[in-house]
Amino acid sequence: MKITDIKELETKAKEVRRGIIDAVYSANSGHPGGALSCADILTVLYFNEMNINPNKPKDEDRDRFVLSKGHASPALYSVLAHRGYFEVNKLLTFRKIDSILQGHPDMKNVPGVDMTTGSLGQGLSTANGMALNAKLKNKNYRVYCLVGDGEIEEGQIWEAAMTSSHYKLDNLCLIVDNNNLQIDGTIDNVMSPYPIDKKFKSFGFEVINIDGNDIDEILKAFEVAKNIKGKPTVIIAKTVKGKGISYMENQVGWHGKAPNKEEYDMAVKELLI
Amino acid sequence: MDLNNKIATRQSYGEALAILGEKNNDIIVLDADLSSATKTNIFAKKFPNRFFNIGIAEQDMLGTAAGLSTCGNIPYVSTFAVFAAGRAYDQIRNSICYPNLNVKICATHCGITVGEDGATHQMLEDLSLMRTLPNMTVMCTSDDTQTKWAIEEISKIKGPVYLRLCRLATPIIYDNNQKFEIGKGIQIGNGIDATVIATGVTVSEAIKAKESLKEKGIDIRVIDIHTIKPIDKDIIIKAAKETKKIITIEDHSIIGGLGSSVCEVLSEEYPTKVIRMGIKDTFGKSANALELMKYFKITSEDIENEIL
Repeated sequence: MKITDIKELETKAKEVRRGIIDAVYSANSGHPGGALSCADILTVLYFNEMNINPNKPKDEDRDRFVLSKGHASPALYSVLAHRGYFEVNKLLTFRKIDSILQGHPDMKNVPGVDMTTGSLGQGLSTANGMALNAKLKNKNYRVYCLVGDGEIEEGQIWEAAMTSSHYKLDNLCLIVDNNNLQIDGTIDNVMSPYPIDKKFKSFGFEVINIDGNDIDEILKAFEVAKNIKGKPTVIIAKTVKGKGISYMENQVGWHGKAPNKEEYDMAVKELLI
Repeated sequence: MDLNNKIATRQSYGEALAILGEKNNDIIVLDADLSSATKTNIFAKKFPNRFFNIGIAEQDMLGTAAGLSTCGNIPYVSTFAVFAAGRAYDQIRNSICYPNLNVKICATHCGITVGEDGATHQMLEDLSLMRTLPNMTVMCTSDDTQTKWAIEEISKIKGPVYLRLCRLATPIIYDNNQKFEIGKGIQIGNGIDATVIATGVTVSEAIKAKESLKEKGIDIRVIDIHTIKPIDKDIIIKAAKETKKIITIEDHSIIGGLGSSVCEVLSEEYPTKVIRMGIKDTFGKSANALELMKYFKITSEDIENEIL
């Protein structure tokens, strides 16, 4: 199931985006903007980079992924569904009573979700725990963790960054979804975490800057990260919030809002393969 | 009970943890720069590879423990109670209790018996905070024997546990023949004049009061509630039916802890007047621990005064 062809991965990312829009439209609620910005990264992770098997979601040697920005759950659910962890039509139950697809990821009920998240700032610590386990038990799996750029305003992220570096977690790859928008505006206006790359460098990370909506650059960054020894890696992924749906792109208003029927139809048209 | 043979439950914890580490390879320990005070340093010395110092970063420590537990480890996490249940509350709630992860939070330095460090370090709200969390088992042990039992026993529960431990050395109450069970209180005596329901450091105070009152012709019973949640309803209801007075006593706020738990049980099952002894909606202060127990009226003498 590993896809290496860039065009095929781009097509897959479009399918994942369609799943995001379907889920949020069907729930009439959810966070499309930040899900769309990281859709390319998640597509590469689950269809190329990670060593996983949808039939064995709890395999102890599998690579792990922690979606620290848990509100991007539609992106995670969509990529898991398309990868075969559960049926794609389950996406239409998102945020509905009796659904396994809670507003924020719940590891107890969704096959393939490695960590429960939702309260911002907590994912890197839990990812560190998984990476420490690999060191403790001499396992070769890798741990990926995606945080939002607004999310790194949380102090716990920097506590955790110290831990990643202190314990030389070179099996850990952090990705910052740098779409430059948070609920109240641009991140530099609300509470600037810039310069993000220099901050992580000073915390002991290997830093890779990429265009996080460019499949080729994402693939190459993960390849570089795998070969860094003795320290953790962070990929600062410059992305576009709402990427792939023209009227949502770079619009802060689409952080946590569902499209109406007309907007949904437009989105579906734009995502035609 | 031997009044001259005293040990702090944090010390019992440290010793028991090092023994448990030999029996069970899945036990790993995390601390936040307080291992010499929480006594996890005994484990750290013996099993350096399974001990992780996370530095002065409690929120990160609880999160790291959550991640480690998803891989089959049983993390025992220690710091002072105020920094665990207080500072890292949201991490305990969202990263541990909601996903029902197998993390054992062994928090030392609870209550005003911390002593000289004063209010900032005297956690009086942890039982209250921790017992409202779904999936959480909440315990507060009263002596060396019980603590050593609890440390191994909680490793057998699948799910989060909060165990409240104390800095102050207190008498050894139980011998090794005593049987303990999580969720079951221990009744000491069958007196009917009053029941004193206690937890942690106040259990030995209640027993002292019981013995002193006996000489005055008053026969009370003491109930040691080491498991605050799930609480032993039967033993409490039985005491309410059989005895003339119900008193709770704890080194914790009277809001939300043992006293409140007992009131919840009785108001639903067998409405009874309850006298709640403990810290009365105020912060602690600096002084010697024994002086503070007198100041906040949680000694055996205060219990006697309440009953006489």
